[in-house]
Amino acid sequence: MISITPPVVAASGLSLTFQTSDGPVNALADVDLTIGKGEFVSFIGPSGCGKTTFLRVIADLEKPTAGSILVNGMTPEQARERRAYGYVFQAAALFPWRTIERNVALPLEIMGLSQTEQRERVKRTLDLVNLTGFEKKYPWQLSGGMQQRASIARALAFDADLLLMDEPFGALDEIVRDHLNKQLLELWARTNKTICFVTHSIPEAVYLSTRIVVMSPRPGRVTDVIQSTLPKERPLHIRETPEFLEIAARVREGLHAGHSYED
Amino acid sequence: MRWAGKSIIPVLTILAVLIAVWYVAAISMNAPFQRDTNARGGVQPGTWEFIGQTLSQPKPTLPAPHQVAVNVFESTFLRKVTSNRSLVYHSWVTLSSTLAGFGLGTALGILIAVGIVHIRALDRSLMPWIIASQTIPILAIAPMIVVVLAAVNVTGLVPKALISTYLSFFPVAVGMVKGLRSPELLHLDLMRTYNASAAQIFWRLRVPASVPFLFASMKVAVAASLVGAIVGELPTGAVAGIGSKLLAGAYYSQTIDIWAALVAGSVVAALLVTLVGVAGRVVERSMGAQPS
Repeated sequence: MISITPPVVAASGLSLTFQTSDGPVNALADVDLTIGKGEFVSFIGPSGCGKTTFLRVIADLEKPTAGSILVNGMTPEQARERRAYGYVFQAAALFPWRTIERNVALPLEIMGLSQTEQRERVKRTLDLVNLTGFEKKYPWQLSGGMQQRASIARALAFDADLLLMDEPFGALDEIVRDHLNKQLLELWARTNKTICFVTHSIPEAVYLSTRIVVMSPRPGRVTDVIQSTLPKERPLHIRETPEFLEIAARVREGLHAGHSYED
Repeated sequence: MRWAGKSIIPVLTILAVLIAVWYVAAISMNAPFQRDTNARGGVQPGTWEFIGQTLSQPKPTLPAPHQVAVNVFESTFLRKVTSNRSLVYHSWVTLSSTLAGFGLGTALGILIAVGIVHIRALDRSLMPWIIASQTIPILAIAPMIVVVLAAVNVTGLVPKALISTYLSFFPVAVGMVKGLRSPELLHLDLMRTYNASAAQIFWRLRVPASVPFLFASMKVAVAASLVGAIVGELPTGAVAGIGSKLLAGAYYSQTIDIWAALVAGSVVAALLVTLVGVAGRVVERSMGAQPS
């Protein structure tokens, strides 16, 4: 008997049409994509290209209208019920009435872990995102970057193998963003999770990913999938190397191609 | 209290203006009766003496502020609190039914809100009835509640408390429906990613999110409860309470007593609203609210 691990995400012919008062909107049209275990896949494209929608379909926050998608070989709903993924939203979405440690413990409470287990995991994940010492603070007492780190800790706390991140650093300034990008790569290397990462930023996508999915809007579809040739070990200054710039150029081209028909 | 420091001068200025206007009104409104009395008695007082007379009538049309103040002081501090001439006694009678009604009303309001938020059928059917319930004038329905309950031998505090309940459940229900629905879509999505049950979403997200709404509506509800209790005392021929004091004053033209009872009512109302406000701030602070 050979057991084959199914891909973490397998989408084929995936389409999603929103019915709005202005008529149907094709958020996703005929998307085929397979994501393997341990990959770091970035989704990049202009607003309305369906990158967030695709993430939300994986998370079972939206239902596709056509095509099929499997998460760990299950339907997204089954995967969600088994807490297969951690989701990091654009905003930190911390509960303002909970301290940082109680925010991180929220999914653990819901999943019914014991108090000791909760304490242990909260401590471990806060350490992972460098927030040790801020356990008793309320969200408003933290900077935007720290709040976002706390929300990442919350997504990591229950140790799902898949991390879905929807522009988690979009609202942060570039210095903080660089820092968090570096930390995220370190975290990914240490935990060997699969990460799906939505972004607007070409350097961010190239710096982080093993694979970059370029998308274009109306209808939202995949225009290019770029396999990164960068090594797994990536210091910040790798962003000045010719190799990096070459990949960035290809991403930019892909984005451009997706847009050209509009003019 | 920075707030108090900044607004104390404007508040006192307004108060001074109000008192001045009140005195002028008292003099002019009590003047005709005083002129009559003097004419019948054949007295010809000077202007200052006449003004003094208008401000010291035993049953004035509009009592002067100092007359009300003296009455309030005497009937608050100089009488035994168990005497039925004590304002403290009457305030307590009203306060006890206010609190009973407020407690019941708040509980009922929360219960209704929870039902509306969680059960679709209630959402569709209940709200119009709740709104309709508040369009019926309380003055019309209060005597009926009292009479009907008296017929089944329920008298005293309970009918008054029920009238308070009738008035106070409404703001709480409306506020809590809003509060329980106040969580952002983002937070609801987050709970969904954890596959949280409806009960978990309720206790961990909806309830804490609704707390500010609860206290805001409880402030309105507690004031409404007091009105309900006073109104409940009017038709019952109640022997005690601020409402009965108002009614007795009206029967015997004891205008000063009426105004003193009004003052007692407003003091109780202010105390209750402040108390709810302080409780709200304490709770929100303990929930990590940013001090403002």
